[in-house]
Amino acid sequence: MSASIEEILTQALQALAHANDLTELDQVRVNYLGKKGLFTQHMKELGNLDPEQRKSVGQVINTAKNSFQDALDNRKATLESAELQARLASECVDVTLPGRGQAISGLHPVTITLRRIAKIFASVGFDVVEGPEIEDDYHNFGALNIPEHHPARAMHDTFYFDAHTVLRTHTSPVQIRVMESEQPPLKVIAPGRVYRCDSDLTHTPMFHQVEGFLVDTNVSFADLKGVVFEFLRAFFEKDIQVRFRPSYFPFTEPSAEVDIECVMCDGKGCRVCSHTGWLEVMGCGMIHPEVFKSVNIDNERYSGFAFGMGVERLAMLRYGINDLRMFFENDLKFLQQFK
Amino acid sequence: MQVSEAWLRELINPPVSTEQLVAQLTMAGLEVDALQPVAAVFSGVVVGEVLSTEQHPNADKLKVCQVNVGQAEPLQIVCGASNVRPGLKIPAALIGATLPGDFKIKESKLRGELSFGMLCSEKELGLAANSNGLMELPTDAPVGIDIRDYLTLNDNVIELGLTPNRADCLSVEGIAREVAVLNKLSFQPKPQAPVTLSHQDTLEIRVDSPAACPVYLGRLIKNINPQAMTPLWMQERLRRSGIRSLSPVVDVTNYVLLELGQPLHAFDAAKLVAPLVVRNSSIGESLSLLNDQTIELDGNALVIADQSQPLALAGVMGGNSSAVSDTTQDIFLECAFFTPRSIAGKARSFGLHTDSSHRFERGVDFTLQQRAIERATQLIVEIAGGAVGPINATISPEHFPARSAVKLRKQRIESVLGISPSNEEIARMFQGLGMQVAEIAEGWEITPPGFRFDIAIEEDLLEEIGRIVGYNNLPSSSLLMRSELGKAPEASLSLARLQDCLVDRGYQEAITYSFVDEAMQTAVAPDDEFIRIKNPISSELAVMRTTLWCGLLNAAQYNVNRQQTRVRLFESGLRFLSQNGQTQQQKMLAGLALGSVYAEQWGEKSRNIDFFDVKADVEALLSLTAAGLSFRPGQHPALHPGQTAEIIDANAQSVGLIGMLHPNLEKQLGFDSPVFLFELCQDAILQRVVPKFSALSKFPSVRRDMALLVKQDISANDIIHCIHTSQETTVREVSIFDVYQGKGIENGFKSVALSLVLQDFTQTLTDSEIDAIFRRLLQKMTAELNAKLRE
Repeated sequence: MSASIEEILTQALQALAHANDLTELDQVRVNYLGKKGLFTQHMKELGNLDPEQRKSVGQVINTAKNSFQDALDNRKATLESAELQARLASECVDVTLPGRGQAISGLHPVTITLRRIAKIFASVGFDVVEGPEIEDDYHNFGALNIPEHHPARAMHDTFYFDAHTVLRTHTSPVQIRVMESEQPPLKVIAPGRVYRCDSDLTHTPMFHQVEGFLVDTNVSFADLKGVVFEFLRAFFEKDIQVRFRPSYFPFTEPSAEVDIECVMCDGKGCRVCSHTGWLEVMGCGMIHPEVFKSVNIDNERYSGFAFGMGVERLAMLRYGINDLRMFFENDLKFLQQFK
Repeated sequence: MQVSEAWLRELINPPVSTEQLVAQLTMAGLEVDALQPVAAVFSGVVVGEVLSTEQHPNADKLKVCQVNVGQAEPLQIVCGASNVRPGLKIPAALIGATLPGDFKIKESKLRGELSFGMLCSEKELGLAANSNGLMELPTDAPVGIDIRDYLTLNDNVIELGLTPNRADCLSVEGIAREVAVLNKLSFQPKPQAPVTLSHQDTLEIRVDSPAACPVYLGRLIKNINPQAMTPLWMQERLRRSGIRSLSPVVDVTNYVLLELGQPLHAFDAAKLVAPLVVRNSSIGESLSLLNDQTIELDGNALVIADQSQPLALAGVMGGNSSAVSDTTQDIFLECAFFTPRSIAGKARSFGLHTDSSHRFERGVDFTLQQRAIERATQLIVEIAGGAVGPINATISPEHFPARSAVKLRKQRIESVLGISPSNEEIARMFQGLGMQVAEIAEGWEITPPGFRFDIAIEEDLLEEIGRIVGYNNLPSSSLLMRSELGKAPEASLSLARLQDCLVDRGYQEAITYSFVDEAMQTAVAPDDEFIRIKNPISSELAVMRTTLWCGLLNAAQYNVNRQQTRVRLFESGLRFLSQNGQTQQQKMLAGLALGSVYAEQWGEKSRNIDFFDVKADVEALLSLTAAGLSFRPGQHPALHPGQTAEIIDANAQSVGLIGMLHPNLEKQLGFDSPVFLFELCQDAILQRVVPKFSALSKFPSVRRDMALLVKQDISANDIIHCIHTSQETTVREVSIFDVYQGKGIENGFKSVALSLVLQDFTQTLTDSEIDAIFRRLLQKMTAELNAKLRE
């Protein structure tokens, strides 16, 4: 009997070794351990033996069964691993093929620039305020100390709807609108579209400006310089040289133009800066007493500064764009360069 | 204002280089726009005199000349110019000279004749773009002297871009004053002695508008030499300031304008019918101007008239009828002060802009006229002779612009500029600028001079101090101004969030002009009342958009024409609607999509975008905002009547549109695939509901589907609304997962497959409870929508 068990085990182990996949393996398992399996049959026959024999034969069968079970488990693991390897190999893809679905597009470079400007100023508490684009001439000119026939009006190349209604030529009217309705202290930036009746290589009839102003007690020219310096360095992410030059705007006094060291040539002189090494980037100044007067803010108690900058100009310098007109052609090949 | 550096340095010559001088001006607020050398680079050219000319033996067009160049022996030079003749003074390039373009002059043989140099034209010296023959120098030009010295060609033209407040620097003298202050030098204008009179005749003058013309001086100068020539030095200075030499009298008036900033005008005295009157024009009068433009006058223009007609548009331009000509012998010289207010806008209203109007508009020194007319007289007499008569002056000091003392407080200098200049510095600065300085307890009282029209308040003085000290030398503070915490409002949605959502869904932001072509505007929104710009830049940009679609369609066309087959754009901005004469400026957010759903990709079949793809994008936007927005069928002239939806708010007010571009417009605008559009009012969508927690059920949810048979005109909304208005509190979600028409479904009907998710808060729902809920819902839908369960 025991020899027979050994034979069965040898046979069974051979069968395991010949099983090439999990299905065959399972068949082998059934053949030996299933209800009608060879080991099972031997176990059933144990009942016919006398108790003495039953114990020793039972041990032999169990040992053989256990050996078989171990070998089966091993063989199963090996086959499973091989099967997994085969599956993994068959499921290999070219991971360099592009992904599918909707691709992300981008914001207009003007919007990207406006958002950066707003973010920089928001960090020190400036609110963003917008205003109407069709303005009355009082808010666009009169309240800003630009009376009728003032030469500065001619410089603005205004679009008119009627004698007193214009497309705003700057975002400065928002300054007036805010000061009319709110009391200092005020910290505001006013971004938006502005319009001038001018169109050539370096002018588009519509462009964007950000006007900013701060009104409080004891605001000085030094504060203006500080804000402008820090803003420009934050915007260009560079410790650039900045210079203030006296200039003239009817709504500020003293007034200044702000130049930065040319970001294209680091101030060495190039075509972009007309070989001066400097680029004009914004106008600014201390808010003119006449402006305070028109909005009933006490000029002795409060002072303030205002500044204004062209967004396209800053975007051009930041991203190296060399043609202003591209901003409004909306060519996808241009726009998609900005995310 | 364009000025020769040499002229400026003749008035004030600080020990600084040209570059330093230019930087000083720019940093003092007189921005230098350009700096140009007056002549090209050349050397070795001297004044020569042609002694004799002989025909070249071998060339018809050449002459062999003997030229005195100031050396011991004359030089033989072969020359082909037609105007070469004995006695002529010309620029002569000697052997070794270098002409512009690095052209070296060497001894040479021309058709067998030796030539020891070259006689030059203006073009050859780089002084003019074109020239006809040799440059002819005055007969008194000293032979042998370097032409660069003789013509002061080692000079630069400084071009200043002056701001409108600095009229005082529209003259060489004004600039010199600034340069002096900046370099701590003293500058005094040259005093002008009166010219000796030779007769006592005057022309009668009447000033009817003294408020507009507080100073009017005139004098007769008789018997000038009409053949006189303007001296070269004056021609050169005028040229360097961009003014062409015309005749001695006109040149002198221009010269004084540049030198002192005072416009003058000369009339041909023989053509005047005295007395002259300075008055307002009358309606119906016309005037033929020096530029041959004839203007029709209204009652508002200030003119100089004689007894027969208006002669000149005061302070702007003279007229043809009384113009000085090359036969004029007697002139009437006018030197006036017209107030800025009387001239402002006048030139522009006639489409004119002159050196004179530019100055009067901004402000001419009202104390300058006497000196200026004497200076002009002196120059005219020097050049063209003539007998000078007395000045006839009409002066109304009561109409002079006010020059009140302005208080300057020490404390204010410190609080605004952050510096404390000494009394001496203040005095030096302001006196240097021509102002009177008086010390008072708080600081100073400063009185501006006649030439400064921009000093009226303390801030103006602060700017002067800042300017002279240098803005860059003023302190700068490091800001620390955050005084309160920022806000984070949660019930409002930022436009940026919506923009980002669209970008993430593949829409590229565009920015288009707010003004559009009227044809596009009326094609897209024929029912909207739009507003028109009075002075548009072109007809394509002439009316204000009433929908952002105009610009987006334009941009889409632009890209389709550039081989883009898939375009997804959005824009945010104002639209401008005219309603009952009122202009509404509404913030909108609009989008456009055409082409395939996705950019071409491997392994997926490409499919063209349809209404529901775009609707999903709009739904994504709406899901960010306050609840209560929904879709209902709508109509718009630009959209397909069967694929248009209105977006409505909780009050059923329309706040937006979505749809397919009408096939007619699609064709008209040249698109070859469907275009989808949407537009939303920002105000309606920029709100959010601050989230409020609701408890979760602990019991399992159950999904059950049902297929309904309904008439074709029953909308998905109707079905969902019907379920939502039921009393069934366990219905958590309803969705439509299939709509079917065709085989097996009666014509005019459709099958709608719904899935419902049910869940209770207190128990697990049993099958019989669920069946009961379904039965009740079906009853409601049968009653309201005539729906049947599809077997």
